[in-house]
Amino acid sequence: MTAAPDGVGLLRAMLRIRRLEERCIELYSAGEIRGFLHVYIGEEAVAVGVMQALTPEDDVVGTYREHGHALARGIPARAILAEMLGRQEGCSHGRGGSMHLFDAGTRFFGGNAIVGGGLPLAVGLALAARMRGERRVTACFFGEGAIAEGEFHEALNLAALWRLPVLFVCENNQYAMGTALERSESQTDLVLKASSYEVPAWSVDGMDVEAVAAAAAEQAAMVRGGGGPCFLEARTYRFRAHSMYDPDLYRSKEEIARWTARDPLALQTAVLREEGALDDAGLAAMEADVAAEMDDAVAFARAGTLEPVEDLERFVLTEVPAA
Amino acid sequence: MTDVTAGTTTYRQALHDGLRDALAGDERVFLLGEDVGRYGGSFGVSRGLLDEFGPERIRDTPLSESAFMGAGIGAALGGMLPIVEVMTVNFSLLALDQIVNTAASLSHMSGGQFHVPLVVRMTTGGGRQLAAQHSHSLEGWYAHVPGLRVLAPATMDDARWMLAGALRDPDPVVIFEHGSLYAMEGPPPGPGPVDLDHAAVRRAGTDVSLIASSQAVHVALAAADALAEEGVSAEVLDLRVLRPLDTEAIAATVGRTHRAVVVDEGWRSVGLSAEVSARITEHAFYELDAPVARVCTAEVPLPYAKHLEDAALPQPRRVVAAVHAMGLGG
Ligand SMILES: Cc1ncc(C[n+]2csc(CCOP(=O)(O)OP(=O)(O)O)c2C)c(N)n1
Repeated sequence: MTAAPDGVGLLRAMLRIRRLEERCIELYSAGEIRGFLHVYIGEEAVAVGVMQALTPEDDVVGTYREHGHALARGIPARAILAEMLGRQEGCSHGRGGSMHLFDAGTRFFGGNAIVGGGLPLAVGLALAARMRGERRVTACFFGEGAIAEGEFHEALNLAALWRLPVLFVCENNQYAMGTALERSESQTDLVLKASSYEVPAWSVDGMDVEAVAAAAAEQAAMVRGGGGPCFLEARTYRFRAHSMYDPDLYRSKEEIARWTARDPLALQTAVLREEGALDDAGLAAMEADVAAEMDDAVAFARAGTLEPVEDLERFVLTEVPAA
Repeated sequence: MTDVTAGTTTYRQALHDGLRDALAGDERVFLLGEDVGRYGGSFGVSRGLLDEFGPERIRDTPLSESAFMGAGIGAALGGMLPIVEVMTVNFSLLALDQIVNTAASLSHMSGGQFHVPLVVRMTTGGGRQLAAQHSHSLEGWYAHVPGLRVLAPATMDDARWMLAGALRDPDPVVIFEHGSLYAMEGPPPGPGPVDLDHAAVRRAGTDVSLIASSQAVHVALAAADALAEEGVSAEVLDLRVLRPLDTEAIAATVGRTHRAVVVDEGWRSVGLSAEVSARITEHAFYELDAPVARVCTAEVPLPYAKHLEDAALPQPRRVVAAVHAMGLGG
């Protein structure tokens, strides 16, 4: 297990995600990032809290809103931004873009833009771990929208039936694009749903990073101990529109304001100040540090190279090195 | 009627107008799919319709492609005229079982007792740097299936009027809207209807036939412009209807030009271009002065990086090069 999370480290990890994505938005507006861009702003506490409970040997499955998952997992900001700029130095060689970040080194299995598609994948990863006698846990992130897909039900059933080591992390940000949870589920109590598969399940305040970290640690320990899968619902909110294309016509200003008042970064900053663990100077130093990291990452991405077009048809099949 | 009668309009608006007309014209018509209502349609085609027709008829569904496709099929059996929107053809694979094993098969399996007057609309195609899980052109997969009619509107008229025809068809119809065409501007569509059986010559020519559908028609037209500057006269045939394929029109254009290049955003292997090429062999072989050529998408899941995506997709210059390789122009 990793050491108990330190509060300042948690804030720092969230700040890196926030600032990275702010850069992404700028780069998108400047036309340097293209395609679909889904930012995680507001939800940082979930990725950061859960990642605390994992070891480098564990597996992580993300969604298409995965910049935060990827960065918190340890993929360098450089490799993430280079990917979004379509450079071959990117973590998916420029072929995946924002929605398809992958990194074998950190056991980060995507970057999946098929809603719900990651859940069966996580079940398979966990099955493999079990069959090979490896003690890894597979952490699988997905939105509450994915719960309506058949994949959710099939995956939970299988994982529970076979008692597989999967930590299912539902990022309940209340909306699937423009569709609110109560418009997509007859039963909106997601914990109850997961429980119906005999999976230990509970909710946590997804804006409170220490609470997420504690809950994830408890569940990861249960999963690691051979108890089968667990389900953690993190109640959170995305502060921005679904994607850069979304005019965001389905949410009220009041609702957004209510949630942004519980910004996970601000909450954690307040906790740390109260504890005396962080003062203005410490915060300013952290900001400066992160800004420098992101400056460097943007410069790295911009200086990256384009893969030669002659290589277009590479990577479709496994490349076997010549004997 | 919300026809734009002056100025220009967009492909998206033409689709919207067709949809609105259909809803206004028949109480049995309703739209269902992910984010068609409150969000306004993932590509904006249905924006405003929820206010006008209400949530019963502009029906947001949960993320459950198989379930809501099946529900559409059931509603069609039950006497309604559902239009099911699937965000992209990539996601329609989660509904493929319902479309192929139920919608397309029911009439035959029931000995003609039941019919599924369902219309499915989905986005297809690349060119917007959306990478592999949002960019594929799988029209050929659907065109493979007996029991379906498969349409690919490439023009303002077809975008505006194909839906009306599809709703009159007693069998399931799948309409592919190309993501890169939504913003296409042009003169407002003419009065309908359009037929759902025939291909259309979009540009007449005498030296070579460029046979295409959907966005590839525009690639072919651009290539034809470039070829014209070299003195090569290219005819552009827009297939429009991918199933049933208009074999006569294909044979006829080859009969006029004696050379053919099939331009298809699908992959070459076992794809739509292979079928068109085979029909030419079967029906116009002795008309040919050169082997049929094909310009298709490279055999890769579409990459994100723009230069690689451009290299993967059919481009006018690749069509021109294919014509040059036949000994014309250059
Ligand atoms: C199978 C499938 N259907 C539809 C979509 C289009 N789509 C992309 S994101 C999204 C909303 C998903 O919401 P949720 O799972 O709650 O995640 P969030 O965006 O809130 O993080 C939809 C409908 C898709 N990518 N995949």
